[in-house]
Amino acid sequence: MKITYGAVCAPGTAMENKTGGWRTFMPVFDYSKCIRCGICETVCPDMSIKEDKSTANEKGKCLYKANYDYCKGCGICANECPKDVITMTLEEK
Amino acid sequence: MTVNAKDKAKMVVVEGSFATAHAVKTARPQVISAYPITPQTHIVEDLSQMIADAEIPNCEYINVEAEFSAISALIGASAAGARTYSATTSQGLYLMHEALFNAAGMRLPIVMTVVNRAVSAPINIWNDQQDSISQRDAGWIQIYAEDTQEAADLVLQAYKIAEDKEIMLPVMVCMDGFLLSHVYDPVVLMDQAEADRYLPPFKPENYLDPKNPKSFGTFADPASYTEFRYDIERAMKKALVKIEEASKEFGDITGRYHGGLVEGYCLDDAEVVIVSMGSVLGSIKEVVDEYRARGEKIGVLKVRSFRPFPGEAVAKALSGAKAVAVVDKSISLGRYEGILFTEIKASLYNTDVKVPITGYIVGLGGRDIRAEHIKEIIEETKAVRDSGKITVESRINEIREELL
Repeated sequence: MKITYGAVCAPGTAMENKTGGWRTFMPVFDYSKCIRCGICETVCPDMSIKEDKSTANEKGKCLYKANYDYCKGCGICANECPKDVITMTLEEK
Repeated sequence: MTVNAKDKAKMVVVEGSFATAHAVKTARPQVISAYPITPQTHIVEDLSQMIADAEIPNCEYINVEAEFSAISALIGASAAGARTYSATTSQGLYLMHEALFNAAGMRLPIVMTVVNRAVSAPINIWNDQQDSISQRDAGWIQIYAEDTQEAADLVLQAYKIAEDKEIMLPVMVCMDGFLLSHVYDPVVLMDQAEADRYLPPFKPENYLDPKNPKSFGTFADPASYTEFRYDIERAMKKALVKIEEASKEFGDITGRYHGGLVEGYCLDDAEVVIVSMGSVLGSIKEVVDEYRARGEKIGVLKVRSFRPFPGEAVAKALSGAKAVAVVDKSISLGRYEGILFTEIKASLYNTDVKVPITGYIVGLGGRDIRAEHIKEIIEETKAVRDSGKITVESRINEIREELL
């Protein structure tokens, strides 16, 4: 990486900052309880939860996965999940 | 300042604020933000009149609701590639404080005249230099004008320095409130053709453009933040050279040369040197002339550039002195020193220049600095020269004990 004066950069370059290292608790998914509602994706403030297209069922509904490169472990997904699929687990590094 | 014969014929008597506003006009600014505050108001009033009279083409004049908006509007405009200007003072400058750091960090070459005034409380609208000097760590280049001509001419030089690709930093042109802003002086108004020859149009490398989106002043984590700060420091160091070049080139084109980073007056053989910034230098030089007429080796060192601070140039200029007095229009409360005094001392520490230096805090809140005050300072500094001993290192030159 080279810095530019004035910290000028093209849109989307914040992706280069892998902020997942800030996390203390990580969301762990128990898919046996998941109803594929997508609330976790909606409420994630950092757009770190996305559909996993490879898991689409016959109705096209997918399971959701966290992107641990950017997930900061805020726990909103675990708090909002109606089926308690997500558990915040202390992450050992 | 040197004035050539050609200029003497061109001189007109105008208010200092008008001379500055006129110089701004010749710089062809594209966005001016304005919020009136004494003693800066006349500058933006004059610019407002010029806009109303269609004298400044292709320029947006924004009346804002406060100084925080004044500087914020310029940050946006400058990032969009416009040449920008505002003027402020005292409380207005303090209200800008947070955004001043942003302008420097985003490397936006905004030029702003600071018409120096005391700060509240108690409220006081008269001149000292506490306002700009307390913004010294904001990353802005600061240059102090001695007279109305220099204040006006510095506007053009400020753009030249600020917009240099190797610098890209905002510049404050500091002029003493009332003493320069409201005084009617004979000056040469900036010639448009000369201004155009001196100052090319502003063409930044990066600017905001919907067709080619970019973000300014983005995030830096601990792994890179230090380098951004260091990069500003590097630009400041380069500015030491650019400020001198900008002044020389301005002198070549206009015939008016105001000095480099520092400028000596009767300095070459001087044993006692008085160091200061701004309009008080005029009074000091008058008094020094009297001493010189009697054959006394008294000299003056004018500091033009306060940020970047020309430590090496100061050390060189003071290398022959036997005693130095620094005259400040500011005070660092809790240190009981004028801020220029502290900086001058720091410049000489760890060098071979060993000279006793004393500090005098004068003219706070617009108190008159009379010739007799300057004579007292010179006499006391002569005593330091003769004895080699400092009795009082730093003081306010005049305290009315009966009020305390």
